[in-house]
Amino acid sequence: MKKRFIASALVLVLIASIFTFAGCSSKTDEAETINIGVFGPTSGPIAAYGKAVVDSVTLAVEEINKAGGIDGKQIKLFTYDSKGDKTEAVNIYNRLKDQDKVVAIIGGTISGETLAIKELAKADNMPILTPTATSAEVTLGAPSIFRACFLDPYQAAAAAKFSIDTLEAKSVAILYNSEDAYSQGLAEAYKKSFDDAGLTTTNYIGYTASDADYSTYLTQIKDSNPDIIFLPDYYDKVGKIATQIKSMGLTQVCVGVDGWDSVEINYATQVEGYYFVNHFAKTDPDETVQNFIKSFKAKYDMEPNALGALGYDAAYVMADAIKKAGATDADSIVKALQATEYKGVTGNIRFDDEGDAAQKDIAIIKLVGGKHELVEKIVVK
Amino acid sequence: MVLIQQLINGLQVGSIYAVIALGYTMVYGIIKLINFAHGEVMMMGAYFAFIAASAGMPVWAVFAISMILSALMGVFIESVAYRPLRNAPRISALITAIGVSLFLQNLALVVFKADPKVMPTIIENQPIIFGSLRISNITIITFVVSVVFMILLTVFINKTKPGKAMRAVSEDKEAAMLMGINVNQTISLTFAIGSALAALGGILYGIAYTQVFPTLGLLPGLKAFVAAVLGGIGIIPGAMIGGFIMGFVETLTKAYISGSWSDAIVFGILIVVLSVKPTGILGKNIREKV
Repeated sequence: MKKRFIASALVLVLIASIFTFAGCSSKTDEAETINIGVFGPTSGPIAAYGKAVVDSVTLAVEEINKAGGIDGKQIKLFTYDSKGDKTEAVNIYNRLKDQDKVVAIIGGTISGETLAIKELAKADNMPILTPTATSAEVTLGAPSIFRACFLDPYQAAAAAKFSIDTLEAKSVAILYNSEDAYSQGLAEAYKKSFDDAGLTTTNYIGYTASDADYSTYLTQIKDSNPDIIFLPDYYDKVGKIATQIKSMGLTQVCVGVDGWDSVEINYATQVEGYYFVNHFAKTDPDETVQNFIKSFKAKYDMEPNALGALGYDAAYVMADAIKKAGATDADSIVKALQATEYKGVTGNIRFDDEGDAAQKDIAIIKLVGGKHELVEKIVVK
Repeated sequence: MVLIQQLINGLQVGSIYAVIALGYTMVYGIIKLINFAHGEVMMMGAYFAFIAASAGMPVWAVFAISMILSALMGVFIESVAYRPLRNAPRISALITAIGVSLFLQNLALVVFKADPKVMPTIIENQPIIFGSLRISNITIITFVVSVVFMILLTVFINKTKPGKAMRAVSEDKEAAMLMGINVNQTISLTFAIGSALAALGGILYGIAYTQVFPTLGLLPGLKAFVAAVLGGIGIIPGAMIGGFIMGFVETLTKAYISGSWSDAIVFGILIVVLSVKPTGILGKNIREKV
């Protein structure tokens, strides 16, 4: 009897609390704050990615709030750790929408988790801006989803344009990871640009993810003696390959992609004089870039990477859109995002019909003495 | 010229397989256990070398520390995981070996984390150039080390007293025990030498390919196992020959067929050898007495 009494008392308290919370949250939402959500894997094997994005978005929101917020309203940021997990991403999305009542979301950090919430966001018409998800499918047929970074075919085209125009390469050897969609996609797009320009690809070699010895492939490349070598892979692989390139005595310059970021930490001597394309250059004298680096360092005591720069831009673009929309309903925000014209750390951001960042600046970086050196910024048609 | 350069590349890969296969084949030869944890001992050896090299120790100390620690680890693994199963069916010991292998891999994952560690340069790479051919000094060191250790091991087993004890244990454990041979000590010694050789393979791998990571031992371990079977498991010169054949096949497949085919062909060889000559290239057919 006593138990039942306690149980019904608890139920009553719970019911009452729902009303209080509901009442209270709707009041603060409308009156004082604009709620925005951000999520990414801040723990687990790719924690560095999620942390970079979440930290930078937090920094950007703090700056915006300090400068008076959006039309006098403060932004309230809700951050969650997706662990890179798809189910977790869906749970986070639901919590952001139902409990935190966000008006827009910045995320996800990786393609998998962003694709997981794509259909939900499409059905709810939730404005989403992913800073870093590179899969082409993320924005496809979803009018409320936007993306701040460039796509892989675009950066491959930029790398090819730089190789042809600036390095004046007439022939190239492409060495890519045949078990990785990122690497293979870049290799294909780069080769296509070279073919279209009527130039030669001397070698088009795919290695496997478990390969540790690249000397066989490098012997072939050495034999066909191309002007340059294109290596579309992540920095740990590139470091290994560059070491063997040096020990095999190949003198060609190598060109790489955004996955190279951080290769100079452990392999500075091996990659000396090589070039890669990236979202932004740390040594870019541009004021926006330097201010971002300075405030990021001040807050987190480390240098930001490209993912951080994209997260920072995404937060500003979103705030800018909400301000221009003059309202917080989804339709107005989406419309404002479509009309975005914003100059950020990673270059000019505007969106095409699909919601992808169109004709973005790409920074060409030369690795000199273990540091990034900005060579030029290019835009590909 | 390109073909010769490719064969030199094959020699480098093959020498590393050969060093690892030596330990594999020796342990099998003495106690008839396929020690699947061998590749993981190699990985741990590479990590020990990484830690020693990062601490700024000289080259000889890096090799010595890593090999001694790995030998101790091998002895420990044997006494904890394999000794209690010595009289159990062989399949139990084999499954335990797989368990040990997974345990070590995950232990390394927890302790050292998943991101690859970059091995400090302890041996400067100075290629020797003949016309258009280049032989890296690391290739020569690897090759010489593998041949020297094969000879040492053969002499040790055939000419010394502990070697004789090993052969006796391998032939008949009970009889050896009755003749006053300390079987446990002999088997411990076998594991110590086998694990030290695995560590040597790991250090050479780390130096040649600059990175150390928890799954490092997996594929080289498997390929060394194939090399041991190919040459005739239990026969020491066989492991050497098997290792070099594997290295050449892998390199030539990559060079003239395709990189994605190399593993398929390498493991295909295992199937062919097992079906044509199950005892391997140097293996003799011994009829088992009933």
